[in-house]
Formats: sequence, structure tokens, C-alpha cells
Amino acid sequence: MAKIWVVVQQREGQLPRISWEAVAAAQKLAAHLGGGKPEAFVLGAGIGLAAAEVAKADLAAVHVADDEALRTYTPGGTIGVLAAAIRAGRPDYVIFPHTYQSVDFVPRLAQETESGLLPEVTGFAAGDGGLVWTRPILGGKLQSKVKVKGEGTVLVSVQSGAFPADGVIKGEAPLQPLAVDPAGLRADREILGYEEVAGEKVDLTKADFIVAAGRGVGGADKMGPLEELAKVLGAEIAASRPVIDGGWLPRDRQIGSSGQTVAPRLYVAVGISGAIQHLVGMKGSSVIVAINKDPGAPIFSVAQYGIVGDLHEVVPALTAAIQAAKG
Amino acid sequence: MRIAVCIKQVPNTEARLRVSRDGTWLEEDDLPFVINENDTFALEEGLKWAEATGGEVVVFSLGPDRVKDALLKALAVGAARAVHLADPAFLGGDALATGRALAAAIRREAFDLVLTGSQSDDLRFGGTGSIIAGHLGWPHVWLVMGVEVEAGHRTAKVTREMESGVNEISRVALPAVLEIQAGINHPRYASLKGIMAAKKKEISRPTPAELGLDAAAVGAAGSRLEVVSVAFPESGSGAQMLEGDVKTAVAALVEKLQKEARVL
Repeated sequence: MAKIWVVVQQREGQLPRISWEAVAAAQKLAAHLGGGKPEAFVLGAGIGLAAAEVAKADLAAVHVADDEALRTYTPGGTIGVLAAAIRAGRPDYVIFPHTYQSVDFVPRLAQETESGLLPEVTGFAAGDGGLVWTRPILGGKLQSKVKVKGEGTVLVSVQSGAFPADGVIKGEAPLQPLAVDPAGLRADREILGYEEVAGEKVDLTKADFIVAAGRGVGGADKMGPLEELAKVLGAEIAASRPVIDGGWLPRDRQIGSSGQTVAPRLYVAVGISGAIQHLVGMKGSSVIVAINKDPGAPIFSVAQYGIVGDLHEVVPALTAAIQAAKG
Repeated sequence: MRIAVCIKQVPNTEARLRVSRDGTWLEEDDLPFVINENDTFALEEGLKWAEATGGEVVVFSLGPDRVKDALLKALAVGAARAVHLADPAFLGGDALATGRALAAAIRREAFDLVLTGSQSDDLRFGGTGSIIAGHLGWPHVWLVMGVEVEAGHRTAKVTREMESGVNEISRVALPAVLEIQAGINHPRYASLKGIMAAKKKEISRPTPAELGLDAAAVGAAGSRLEVVSVAFPESGSGAQMLEGDVKTAVAALVEKLQKEARVL
């Protein structure tokens, strides 16, 4: 019987949506492999309410490592708790949400527990001789299908949006305290503090219309036509990371995993290839239009409408056409 | 400070990609390769701190013979020498196998700091640096947006990017492995003089045995993952493409946005 675990990420007692997606993935995997229900793990300090929330899912148990030493996330603390649990319990799979925090500690947890590492999966299916997992490669342009070989635990992280949170099966799980051995926690990182990055001044999450610029726009001096398009649409201007790193727009205009997550009625992606870090921040938009010179750009796989062409010609033409249509 | 920088040579994803005949990778004929973007920032950060502290950068890479081009580029911008894990036994590995091999190569010398890019643009494991750190028993930080080596070179103040626009500031003891995020600095270009000098710099090619590794513990043999296939995402899920000249395509788009999507 397959033994499936899921490590739920909480931040200040809150459970982000991707933590529920990880629970959904673990339940789906357990059902597929015909095993028992998954067991969940929650780590932190003063996390009773978060753990009780997790226990409303159909799980075999929720193991709660509630300890002052875990109040602030460090890889040494997290790995200390989970490595001990994995060595003692020898699960087949441990599912994690694929987040900046999990990528910080999961690979090293795999190395230290001699587990396999399978990051950022978007799905799995039965294949010849076992499960076949899907994960994006080459900036999301291609998908790789991989199998796990060899013996022992495999640590799997699931990409945002791949296993919908509303697929979580409800139930009632027993809460079980997990003793934390302070000697097992490694002080590898002295946390000095946290800083807001340029304090998000513009709240793009409220925008109904967004025109977003990508690297393909070509420079700060070429933003004018996009601003014209935004004006006729009544849209906010936003951008993918390379535009922000290049200083063409301020950082509070960034969409994606290191910026804001938006879901406007209309998202016009101009010169954005569609790296996964960008897609996770905008793929919930109602309607996505992509304009790009590369017909193979991954942005076209999430867009409803696409135009392949030179954005410097398409954008002014689109502005004029919308203006005419609006009379 | 003596600084090791691990770089990876990856396909230029802007290029036209074709799946190889065996269906498990890309057709490499005519495929342009570049240094992985994040790794160019790691290299620049290494050169910066080596210059500031009167040290040197040694660049490491694992991959087939073609990777020599990437190493020459790194030598041209200022790395002192290169170590190329090119033995066929090293190839085709997952992050665990690749990290094991690189750690064994790094361990042969004394370094104060190891820098890598935070993630490769091709296979996207995002963990090779942390795995190297695990083998060496050093601290690591992933997705690093700022490095400040402190007086005495025993510690560094490190800025780590978190989700939703917040950075973590921490102090780690050196030696450590720092996995660098794009945008942390402005990578330099090679000068003609640098390109000429690179040709005379040493590129060593140790075998698994020379690193004290069993060939079965590295590369494809030492991996827990096996690639079944690579493929373009299934068509049909994608966008309605609006064809024709610019005027026609734009007119069709506006009509769709008005009548089908009803957002205008």
C-alpha cells in the first residue's frame, strides 16, 4: 500500500491556495495508487487554527509540529523536522506545493534523506511500468514525461494551478502532535528581517483591463504605443519580469510569481513569451490576448486569442481599431 | 576569496526547437546554446567579489563537449580556470546526480563561496546548488537577490526573494552556496583581450574515478528520474490564432472581443 504524505505550507497561520492544491494532488495520487488516505504535515508556531483547517480534509492524520523554534522559516529547521519524519516513516511520496519556500528546502531534504526529487509536476498518469509524471521544461515550451526509478521516497512538488484546490475531498482528520527534537534542527541561516520590495503602490489585482509588456517590446523608449492601447481600453500597464529588471517599468507593475497575481476581465500580453513564472500570475484572467512574433511562444497555450506578428505594427493598429469600435 | 561558480549550458529557448528522433530530448544539430541566464548573474557576482577581495573565480560545468564554448565565455570575462565534467558517465543526470558530481569536483579545492544560478532554463530542477551544499555540509540560500560579504569574509548578508514582493534578509556563515536570481547585477561583456586570454587558460576534465565517484552514482545511471518523452503541449488547448495581414487580424480580434468574449 502506497504511503502518501503532503507537507502543507502556512504563513502566519494562513494557508495559501497552493497548499490546498498540494492536498488535492496527494488525495488524487493516493486514490490512483489504491492506498490509504494521505497524511499531512504542518510546521510552525501557534498554528493550531491552520492545522484544524487542514484537518477538515479527508486525510488519515494531520501531524502538527507546533514549536517556537519553527516560528520563522529556515531550511535547517524545516529539514530537521521533516528528515526525521521521513527516515522514521519511509513514505513512498511526499507532496509539496511548488513555492519559493519549498524550492529553498526540498532539494536539500531529498539529498539528506537519499530521496528522489521530482519538482514542479503538472500531472501524472498510469504508464508502462508505473506512474508517468508531466513537468514543463524549456520555459514551458515543451513538456517532459518522466518516470521514477530505484527504491525509496520521492519528494514531489506540484505547480500552482495544476491540481485545483476545489478538488480537495472533505473529511475529518485526527490531529497528532509531532514532537520536535531541538538537537535535530540546524541553525543554518540567521534571519535578520524582512523587507517589502518597493512597497506595492499600484494594486493591479483590482484592474478589469491590463496591458502587459514583455521583453519583446524592446526597451523603455518603446512603451508609448502600449500606453496608448491601455488608454483606449481604460487598462493598467503591467509587465513581466525582464521588463522590470531592465528598469523599463517600476517593480510594482510586475505580474508573476515574484510580483502580483491578477485575474482581470481582459489581459493583453504584448511581447511576452509566457515563462511559467509569469503565467502563474495571470492565467486566471477571464480573457487573454497574446501578441508575439514567435508562434511557438507558450503564452499562446493559455491565451484565447493570438496574433503572430510584429508588435510594433500590431499594437498601434489594435489601438486604432478599438478606438473606432468604441466610436 | 576563492569562489567557485557553477554554470550550465542550455538551449537558447528563443530558437526553433525540434524534438530528437528518440523523443527524449531536442535535436541538437543547428540548435544554438547559451550560458543559462541566471548563471551569467552568478558568474558576475563571483567576479565582483573575487575582484573586491583579491581572489579568483574557478568555473565548473557538467555537460558534453559543446559546453567548452560556455566555459571559454566564462574564462573570457575573467574566470581564472575551468573544470569541465564531460565524461559520458556524468551526462543525463537529474539534479541529485549532477549535484553529487559537482560537489565532488568542488570539494577537491578550498573555496570560500560557491555560486550558481537559481534554476536552469531547460530542465528547471532549481535544486542543484542546494544539493551541492548538502554534500559539502554548508549553508545554502536559494533565489538570492543580494549578497554582501562581511568584514573578515566569514559571513555574508544575503537577500532572498520570497513570494508576493517580500525579501528575507539573513546572515549565513561562509563557506556557503548561494543560488542567484536574475537581475542581481549587470553581467559584463567579454573584451577582445579577454577572449584571446581565455584560449590560454586551463580547462581540466576530471573523470568520475578521479573525483572518487562510482560511475554508477552519477549521470543517468545515478538518477532517480528517467525521461520517457518530451513533447510540445497538445494543440487544441491553445489560442484561436487570428491570421492575415495586421489590419485583418486586428479587425478579427476586435470583433471576437466584442461579440464572442464580450469584454469590449
